[in-house]
Amino acid sequence: MARQSGGAGAPKAPAPLPGARLVPRGGIAGHLVKAVLLAVSVGVAVWAALPLAAAGNWIGLAAVVAVTALVFWIYLSKRHIPAKYLLPGVLLLVAFQVVPVLYTIGTSVTNYGDGHRGTKEQAIAQIEAASVAQGEGADDYVLTLAARGGAATGDLVFLLTADDGRVLAGDADGLEPVSDASTGPTGKVTEADGYTLLTAAEAGGRSEEISEMAVPAEEGTGIRASGLSAAYEGRATRVYDADCDCITDTSTGEVYTADDERGAFYNEDGDRLSQGWRVGVGADNYARVVADPGIASSFFSILGWNVVFAAGTTFGVFVLGLSVALAMHTRRPLRGRTVYRLLLVLPYAMPAFAMMLLWRDMFNADFGLINRMLGTDVDWLGGTATARAAALTINIWLGFPYMFLIATGALQAIPRELVQAARIDGAGAWQAFRNVTLPLLMVAMAPVLIATFAFNFNNFNAIWLTTEGGPFPSDSPMAGTTDLLITYTYRLAFGGQSAQYGYAAAISVFIFLIVTLISYLSLRRSAALEEVNR
Amino acid sequence: MAQSTTVQRPMRRRASRRTFGHMWRHLFLLAMTAFAVFPVLFVVSAALNPLGTLSSAQLVPTGVSTDNFAQLLTETRFPRWYLNSLVLAVSNAAATVFLSALAAYVFSRFRFRGRRVGLYGLLIIQMFPQFLAIVAIYLMFSAVTDLRPEVGFDTHWGLLLVYMGGALSINTWLMKGFFDTLPSELDEAARVDGATHAQMFFRILVPLVTPVLAIVGLLVFIATVNEFIMASVFLRDPDSQTVALGLAAMVADQRDSNFGMFAAGTLLLALPVLAVFWYLQRFIVEGLTSGAVKG
Repeated sequence: MARQSGGAGAPKAPAPLPGARLVPRGGIAGHLVKAVLLAVSVGVAVWAALPLAAAGNWIGLAAVVAVTALVFWIYLSKRHIPAKYLLPGVLLLVAFQVVPVLYTIGTSVTNYGDGHRGTKEQAIAQIEAASVAQGEGADDYVLTLAARGGAATGDLVFLLTADDGRVLAGDADGLEPVSDASTGPTGKVTEADGYTLLTAAEAGGRSEEISEMAVPAEEGTGIRASGLSAAYEGRATRVYDADCDCITDTSTGEVYTADDERGAFYNEDGDRLSQGWRVGVGADNYARVVADPGIASSFFSILGWNVVFAAGTTFGVFVLGLSVALAMHTRRPLRGRTVYRLLLVLPYAMPAFAMMLLWRDMFNADFGLINRMLGTDVDWLGGTATARAAALTINIWLGFPYMFLIATGALQAIPRELVQAARIDGAGAWQAFRNVTLPLLMVAMAPVLIATFAFNFNNFNAIWLTTEGGPFPSDSPMAGTTDLLITYTYRLAFGGQSAQYGYAAAISVFIFLIVTLISYLSLRRSAALEEVNR
Repeated sequence: MAQSTTVQRPMRRRASRRTFGHMWRHLFLLAMTAFAVFPVLFVVSAALNPLGTLSSAQLVPTGVSTDNFAQLLTETRFPRWYLNSLVLAVSNAAATVFLSALAAYVFSRFRFRGRRVGLYGLLIIQMFPQFLAIVAIYLMFSAVTDLRPEVGFDTHWGLLLVYMGGALSINTWLMKGFFDTLPSELDEAARVDGATHAQMFFRILVPLVTPVLAIVGLLVFIATVNEFIMASVFLRDPDSQTVALGLAAMVADQRDSNFGMFAAGTLLLALPVLAVFWYLQRFIVEGLTSGAVKG
């Protein structure tokens, strides 16, 4: 990046006087801090590199080495002073903002999602394992249910105790031995390092997941749970044949052929096996957004409301914030000014997420405060128009105090003489405001308004915590009428029945483009504003 | 108001006009204050409501009881969530202020290749909310969790790293605006005395921009406490969750009956923020506007 390759220092500052050279530049303390920090960065690099090397992740390892080399090159050199200050922030920025954006763009041209997660080999192993039937003389295991991470949400693992007492850990990728597990008298695992054992209640909560889980074992066999404490190994009834690149179901005789363009096995009728693999689909996801009639209409109606929401919020908070600032902006003493100020900033200082949930409950149809106070029986969040009005009201309530603070500061910066001169020249109060105060105000506030618009364009919380995108039309359960693009994307990727990461990523890229365009246009316009008033 | 007309008797006509002009201001401000305050009043009332349900909560408190607070502190993991939120918010605020101040210093005091691109790049990047790329971050950290669970999901370190990716942002502009207001004679004098660029930054400039550091710290603190979506992806284990996640889950399961506890939690979270906010309010007005004007 250009920012990192900074050149010389400040040209404005004069060269040090000759005598100053005698003063030690930088203390011993400075050098010591530098040495310690460099040592720490080596430590972190080694710490990060060890598991990467163990896993054979050479790209990750190369990145670690490159970053460490860059750190040493920048900080040991006497030049590149600006880079010394920018490097930490820029590294984090690249790692957690720029790289994810690039990755999103990469994902958007694949079919990645539920049913298309891993490679073709993983899909075949999964299909075979899932089809096992309990045959005669099958190997049985004592099953202990466990998870990596939290009991309720971590990845499910089968801890299997064989007849000879060995313990194996099995998940969707296969089996691996567990060396340090201790087992009880029944063979159940009582403790295993790195795994959270599930209690009966926790296992009951994930029973569907457990009954669907299949652990690929040897070639053509798989292990499945029968109940919560036993598992069996059996032969697969669906078998992959590399010669025809197809899967044959031995019980029904049906043949599923691999389709490498769509990433799944299809039979003659066009039905697919649910486990597929990840393939590139080119611009298909983008084409879906624009061309698929069902999706295109929901995408564009969401986009329309999204613009209305962002513009409406920006306009609303601007008008209310400015009005309050103007009402308080008087040279004659206004009684209670301090009290007004303290109370008016309350919405901004209260925790926003909690206030959104609170507003949602105030609009609740059954026991909400608003219906009880007004004596009405309106299902506020159940109708499109009232839900949209509610979402805007809530968001304006949250945002206007910030605009009030900004407007107060901007008003104080405008010399009063200008307005007085206009009044003397015969301008009315409104004319003076419209032609003198407002244009000057806009110079200071335009960047803030642009930022407000951009922020609210993607204001996930304001919708997700209030209406959750609803109400949903009966014909489109995935796209609600108060959905913003960002909440719609979130539901596609995480919320629905099956995750569609590829498609969600394509919509993310669309949002990038829209926000960039709007930012670019408004930045140019605000730059023009500055030119005019210079 | 009636008092001011009697005190300034000789100027009665002008005074009554003044009162009339102010009356409109007061009417408008009272209406806006009511709009701003009534949901907050409802929170207070619901938190003190002895029944603790949504359907029984009124706008004006009907009774005073601390049951909701006691129940919240003993029956839920609220103390744990509160601690998690504070730790995350304070560390993120401190890291952001530090990283942002470093960047603002060079953007203000040095002229180097890529400076303009860098400044505008920051403005553009902050237009992309980080979590648009949430799928990518989710997958990235799935890999990290396999390799180094210490910084993966269910840890605060992982989440903090992602938050710090957004440290350089509009805040850097705000700080740069402040650094720009400090006269360059300061730097020259220090340079003549043999100060290094680091000494100049830490010993001379940073103490002078403390107000803006405090403001940015407060803004980041508030934003982190309110952050919901990244946290919901990262923190799945109930013990690692933040107040935002915990309170949201509380009213998602049992909307009506947990409402009193929810309101009590909201108040407990608001109190420290409000105290600092009111204390810093004057700085905030100055800080925000000078950043915006000089940008």
